[in-house]
Amino acid sequence: MTRRSLLALAAAAVAWLELAAASWPAPAAAQAPARIVSLVPALTEMLFAIGAGRQVVGVSSYDTYPPEVERLPRVGALIDPDVERILSLKPDLVVIYGSQTDLRTQLARAAIPVFEYRHGGLPHVTGTVRALGVRTGHAAEADELADRIDARLAAVRARVAGRERPRTLLVFGRERGALRGIYASGGTGFLHDMLEAAGGVNVFADIALEAVQVSTEQILARRPDVILEMRSTDIPEGAELEREIRAWAPLASVPAVQRGRIRIIAGSGVTVPGPRVVDGVERMAAVLHP
Amino acid sequence: MAGVRRRLVTVVPLFGLGTAAVLLLAPTVGSTPISLRRVFDPALPWADNVDAQIFFVARLPRVLAGALVGSTLAAAGVVLQALLRNPLATPFTLGVSAGAALGAMLAIAGSLDVGALGVSSVPLASFAGAVVGTALVYALATSRRKGLSTNVLLLAGVTLNSLFSALITFVQYLVDFSDWFRTARWLLGNLDVSSYGPLVAALPLLGSAFAAFAVLPRALNLLSLGEDVAAGRGVDVARAQRLAFLSASLATGAAVSLAGPIGFIGIVVPHLVRLIVGSDHRIVLPCSLLFGAAFLVLCDLVARTVMAPVELPVGVVTALVGGPFFLWLLVRKT
Repeated sequence: MTRRSLLALAAAAVAWLELAAASWPAPAAAQAPARIVSLVPALTEMLFAIGAGRQVVGVSSYDTYPPEVERLPRVGALIDPDVERILSLKPDLVVIYGSQTDLRTQLARAAIPVFEYRHGGLPHVTGTVRALGVRTGHAAEADELADRIDARLAAVRARVAGRERPRTLLVFGRERGALRGIYASGGTGFLHDMLEAAGGVNVFADIALEAVQVSTEQILARRPDVILEMRSTDIPEGAELEREIRAWAPLASVPAVQRGRIRIIAGSGVTVPGPRVVDGVERMAAVLHP
Repeated sequence: MAGVRRRLVTVVPLFGLGTAAVLLLAPTVGSTPISLRRVFDPALPWADNVDAQIFFVARLPRVLAGALVGSTLAAAGVVLQALLRNPLATPFTLGVSAGAALGAMLAIAGSLDVGALGVSSVPLASFAGAVVGTALVYALATSRRKGLSTNVLLLAGVTLNSLFSALITFVQYLVDFSDWFRTARWLLGNLDVSSYGPLVAALPLLGSAFAAFAVLPRALNLLSLGEDVAAGRGVDVARAQRLAFLSASLATGAAVSLAGPIGFIGIVVPHLVRLIVGSDHRIVLPCSLLFGAAFLVLCDLVARTVMAPVELPVGVVTALVGGPFFLWLLVRKT
């Protein structure tokens, strides 16, 4: 057979398949969506990272990454989704957070399919990447990205394996220049998982909460070897950075304070459970196991 | 008169003893067991003495903050209830604490960074908010006549309170989710000040307010019978009202900026004390001051131990303990 007739045959086959597919009552969810609205910043990042960015037509008011989101319409966020704006964008898939039950009901009434998500541990990040890939018609790219993340995580785990794991206080919120309103990671959630993957032991691992407001007494009693502060906004620099680290000085009996092992890991993505989560793990590991 | 003097030297020292006992006990109890012998062992170097640090860095400032804030809110409650002749008045009625809260919200939302005198930006901004609130209410209440109009004071205060509360909600609506969490938590109160700086900074103001509270009781007794009665008995009504309002408001502002708006103390403690000692402000005011200190320190003790290592917001404890206890006393007495 000639090359041309082969192509013609292939084209005919494709056309027949498309016709067949169209005539079967396939569920709407099985088709790759062309207009996606994402209300979860971590998942917006995933969508762009797996090549589905061109399908995204609207994002939440908290989205800042990747830079492409700057020119997309904003449709509210977790607590205040703007249903009218979402509907006006004519989406065929809306990425929502699991607690947005009212929004889910409204979208169901409008027969708009949703992709529901809730924050989970570190494995949940790559799991969500793969699921989003399947759902948006980018399964191959998603698998590739997830494999890459898993490989980098495995590399970090291998590098820190067998080393002494420093007992670490993982802080993600605190009043400026003071030891007040300190929020730390408890024993669940992706921040805790990130710390464990980076070769640290969470001093608040026994508390089954993602976020704990901890007292100075508890920090003194638990004596962390390292204090890691994750900052995604208002990032201190220069003299201010020194002052923020000096704020811990009153807790003089804490080993981390005595040995000066207090680090601020700053950057817009360090507390987002998206594809950049592995950057955070690598940076944590670099501090814990230099 | 002699009766009051006798009760002053019997009842008030009793309250004083109780409060002193609570203040001595509170720093020895917490989520972590510590050895008092180690705490006061001068042979141990400070940097290695965990027990001493837990005692002096974590607990003692916290207990002192509780005592200062509790006594202030309770005493301010007594003064404002007498001034407004309204048993439902609290230190949070007149918009001062809402102003303080708004200041704190703005500092958290705007990541304000203006620490001074050992005080960080959130309490500073909070106190500034309280001053603005006090000034506004005072200006409104004195605008239409020479003295202070308690009716206008109450109405303007309540209205400003709602206005500030609406602005707080608006600021919370605009901030990032994590900042929203911090603002919401601030509003529940927290005494873990973790240094003596803010306490020392608040002392001059609270000291002057307490000095004002010391000269007010006789005027408050007469004012609670009505302005005309008070004036007839030789009270300089305008001056007494001004002193009562400004001292109670600024002290409340200082207390709220230290620990957030911890509810229930300003209403439960004064009424509880009145149920025990009667209504003479010469007794009620000092007893409320002492009882408020002990009450808040005890509530905070519960807050930091009952679910340890996790803490309860102290405002939840004051409401949960104070509310039902107060209702029980009310029903039992009548």
